[in-house]
Amino acid sequence: MNQLIQKQRYLIDFTLASLFRRPGKNLGLLLIYTLIVFMLASVMLFTHALRTEARIILQGSPEIIVQKMTAGRHDLIPADYLEKMGRIRGVVGKHGRLWGYFYDPAVKANYTLMVPRDRTLQGDEIVIGATIARTRGVGLGDYLSFRSFDGRPFSFKVAEVLDEASELVSADLVLLNEERYRDFFGIAEGYYTDLVLKVRNQNELRKIAEKLTLKLPDTRPILKEEILRTYDAVFNWRQGIVFVLLAGAVLAFIIFAWDKASGLSAEERREIGILKAIGWETSDVLRMKFWEGGIISFSAFMLGYLGAYAHVFLASAGLFEPVLKGWAVLYPEFHPLPVVDGLQVATLFFFTVFPYTVATIIPIWRTAITDPDQVMR
Amino acid sequence: MSNDLHRIRLTQLKKAFNQGQPNEFWAIRGIDLTIEPNSVTVLKGPSGSGKSTLLSMIGCLSRPTSGRILLGDKTISGLPERFMTDIRRNTFGFVFQQFNLIQGLTVLENVMLPAYPLGRNHSALKQTAVDLLHQFGIADKEASRVEWLSGGEKQRCAICRAMINDPEVLIADEPTANLDSRLSEEFLNMVDGLKAIGKTVLLTSHDPLVYQSPVVDRVVALQDGLLDS
Repeated sequence: MNQLIQKQRYLIDFTLASLFRRPGKNLGLLLIYTLIVFMLASVMLFTHALRTEARIILQGSPEIIVQKMTAGRHDLIPADYLEKMGRIRGVVGKHGRLWGYFYDPAVKANYTLMVPRDRTLQGDEIVIGATIARTRGVGLGDYLSFRSFDGRPFSFKVAEVLDEASELVSADLVLLNEERYRDFFGIAEGYYTDLVLKVRNQNELRKIAEKLTLKLPDTRPILKEEILRTYDAVFNWRQGIVFVLLAGAVLAFIIFAWDKASGLSAEERREIGILKAIGWETSDVLRMKFWEGGIISFSAFMLGYLGAYAHVFLASAGLFEPVLKGWAVLYPEFHPLPVVDGLQVATLFFFTVFPYTVATIIPIWRTAITDPDQVMR
Repeated sequence: MSNDLHRIRLTQLKKAFNQGQPNEFWAIRGIDLTIEPNSVTVLKGPSGSGKSTLLSMIGCLSRPTSGRILLGDKTISGLPERFMTDIRRNTFGFVFQQFNLIQGLTVLENVMLPAYPLGRNHSALKQTAVDLLHQFGIADKEASRVEWLSGGEKQRCAICRAMINDPEVLIADEPTANLDSRLSEEFLNMVDGLKAIGKTVLLTSHDPLVYQSPVVDRVVALQDGLLDS
């Protein structure tokens, strides 16, 4: 056993010495390899973190949202629908929501305007997201002016700027009182944007949704799990787009690595012949080269992955932010919670370390099985 | 008894290259030869006479096309690769014409290289290597990279590497081809020293300085792949 370990140590020693003998080739390979792992891992880590974050945030959102449909489009919903739906078993709370979008030409961005239920805002008071405050350069006590649906100017006084911790979802948020909201958008009393229902038992969601469509045939119920699924799909789609963009780079790397790994130089071939002539078995040569491929690919994987971890969780994924976060203009300062998915790590490991190691072994095996007397000539 | 175990016998040994193809070439065309243990034998002959091919077959670096090679009473010419490697590693030590040291490694690392697959204790192995470097007078070059060595030093390094697994037979292909006459003399002295400790030495050379040396016990002449009587 000791002999076996000692033998592997000798092989690793020799491998390391070999790697340092060709610093140019190996450092170049390591650098490009690390870069590829870094890019792929950054996208994977960031998308996963976004997905997790979205899931955490959506945990507090209502189980069912009811929207009125007119000619297949989302329409304002009358408040009496709350009474019309009657008492449905399993629903523990229901209320109407007021929210909408507002385009601010000053910064060419859309804001989400919303009437909060958990706080009362007086008169022209508003609460804004940290990104709006940053973009418009306003703080507590400052005034923001918007034009209403019919062109009237409205001045709002900033009563609070929302915490940066919730910036991913509150970046473009403006909270205002109900009366001002209705006046600003021209929404009459007795109408809401949509209704939300609180359900205690998650297993009853589908049944309740079914009852709703029967009782209120001109509405559509949206379940929380459907929103989660949509988020997942959106993030997967964005991740896919980045991967497609990276595909060229990955392909270039594969060609480069294949060439480096599979094309043995005359000097390397001669060395394998020497090793065999002085008593190394084919399997010893293969093991040594396996360690060589393993050391390069594993180091690149570790460096790339750690780099990606730092990039995503310490530097807020500066490189991929615009594509992956998806805000058109208002980029939130978002520090994702560090989450690492074991399966994702394993997948990336398998698709980077494994092919390279195999690519190095095949040509070496071909060289190593030839008679060592080549070195005599 | 142990001497008999290392007697090398060749019977009707033949070697063809590119067999069955238009450029088929018979490098060795039927050689019967016995090499006695604890002796110095030189294979001499002009270029292309088959010296190196014969040497590589004896040293288990390649296989004959037909005929047999016996080490003691064991046939070694038809063994599977693993066993051939085992014999090559434990019985034969090689000094190549171009020395074939691994560039970029130190003298000590080069010398220790053939012992790596055996997994021997590191400090014991290093000590053996250092002792050999002392014995062949290049201990001061232990940490130097091999490409910095002179021709004579490279050859000593190659001999130390060949001796690291304490083989019974040292095989050297044209050992003086890259050396001046002073270094060739030194080499022959080293061969004498090896013979004195019971080793068998098998050389190829067309250098009269080698095959006329008193150190040499037997000269075998080759011509066109056959023994030249």
